[in-house]
Amino acid sequence: MKAAITGTGMSDIGRNTGRPAMLHLADAADRALARAGLTLADIDGICTYPGKADNSPGMSPLGTGEVRNALGLQTCWHAAVPDGPAQMAPIMVAAMAVMTGQARHVLCFRALTESSSQSAGRRASIPGAGRAEIGGWLSWLVPVGAMSAANWAGWMATRYFHEFGMTREHLGMVALGERQFAQMNPAAVMQKPLTMDDYLAARMISTPLGLFDCDIPIDGAAVVIVSAADAAQDCRMPPLRIEALGSALRSQETWDQRADLTTMGAHDAAIDLWSRTAFKPGDVDVLGLYDGFSIFVPLWLEALGFCGHGEAKDFIAEGQIGPGGRFPVNTGGGQMSGGRLHGFGLLHETCLQLWGDAGARQVAGAKTGVCAMGGGFIAGAMLLHRD
Amino acid sequence: MESHVRPLPELTPENTAFWTGGAQSKLMIAFCGACDKAIHPPQVICPACQSRDVSPRAVAGSGTVYSYTVNHQPWLPDMAVPFAIAVVDVDDAPGVRVTAPVTGCAPEAVMIGQRMHIAFEPSGEVWLPLWTPLEGAAA
Repeated sequence: MKAAITGTGMSDIGRNTGRPAMLHLADAADRALARAGLTLADIDGICTYPGKADNSPGMSPLGTGEVRNALGLQTCWHAAVPDGPAQMAPIMVAAMAVMTGQARHVLCFRALTESSSQSAGRRASIPGAGRAEIGGWLSWLVPVGAMSAANWAGWMATRYFHEFGMTREHLGMVALGERQFAQMNPAAVMQKPLTMDDYLAARMISTPLGLFDCDIPIDGAAVVIVSAADAAQDCRMPPLRIEALGSALRSQETWDQRADLTTMGAHDAAIDLWSRTAFKPGDVDVLGLYDGFSIFVPLWLEALGFCGHGEAKDFIAEGQIGPGGRFPVNTGGGQMSGGRLHGFGLLHETCLQLWGDAGARQVAGAKTGVCAMGGGFIAGAMLLHRD
Repeated sequence: MESHVRPLPELTPENTAFWTGGAQSKLMIAFCGACDKAIHPPQVICPACQSRDVSPRAVAGSGTVYSYTVNHQPWLPDMAVPFAIAVVDVDDAPGVRVTAPVTGCAPEAVMIGQRMHIAFEPSGEVWLPLWTPLEGAAA
């Protein structure tokens, strides 16, 4: 594939920062451009997920228009992608844009102010809350009391536990591993040690998922620059070649009708990913797997073929995904300990690893990374390689 | 669990039968007139055979719990917790699940394989489904 990631940057994310989303975005853009060795004048495309949206508080305060205005961008191509292969959609369409000559360097961004917005409005991440009526796939969930994605992920986890004997301790190992990574990442929002006792004692959210099975709303922004292969050669960092993308979806747009709810759209997207490359799971050095809820991590591990269906609990218990593991997952602390940038933070961290820029948590010699976003029917996966 | 800020489903030609069937205590599921596929969420075209002859009909209203979760978090200020939400395989409608809160038993008593029957509560223009355990019937 003739597209590469040439720069990434993240703002100083935090809880209740009180800073405007645009300042977070501008900081993330500055950092991504500095890493890429580019200036704003080099950016000729812009893309985001989902675009400006108010479907839950602070979920997407910025669209491409405002960011173009604020940064004074003159672009050849722009798009927002609310409806695609998860939060990865803008990276994917940006890759297609540079491959078809629509742009050479595309600034992809994700900005959130969920922490400040929720504190101010005293409302959690509830889609449609406060509206009289709701349509689409959410209308089969929210009106019947399944208001939060924690509920939807909860019944997926219940079924998985039932079929494969997973326990809360297995998911606790995912959360604890991410916290250990977070303690090696100064940018992660959660730095306190987390013990299994802490994990098990935390209040229940939606069985079997407790507080530490959920990711953390934050204020912040991340920018990922996608460049054409030839343009990438001029950048400061070695280009991270987009080796393959996976976007397939073979079930309905629902959270409850998929025949086997111990699988997700992830499983379709992952098959698609590996069908487009000669790389195998065993070639992967570092993983960024969507962890809006802890249960998504084992499901993505199985989807991507790092272990068989039903085997993730043993894979996790063997220490394969935590610090020192063969397949380290979410080395920046993930969204559960790092903060929720809707997948962009996971991609940023994967790129840092492939550039050898991950500080105390660096995976030695990492050259190949997989990043996967989404849960339920929403899924997109990407394989990155540094030549 | 009633809440003035919990949104209700937007009624459409496709989904009105489902959301208003409770007025007659009927669980209305869309079926294809050509190939008899059960279609949920309801839509105007059969995804299996592309027939436009899709219409709702009442099913028995029973089913088996495929999965569930017990929600403990009050997502809205007036939400009473905990309560169970069950994802139920609907009898006589292959491949169709209906997700709804459980009433009539303690939230922690809900289990996979449990037999359920539909009930309804009116809210605005719609009747929201509820699952209630069928006594003494295990799958």
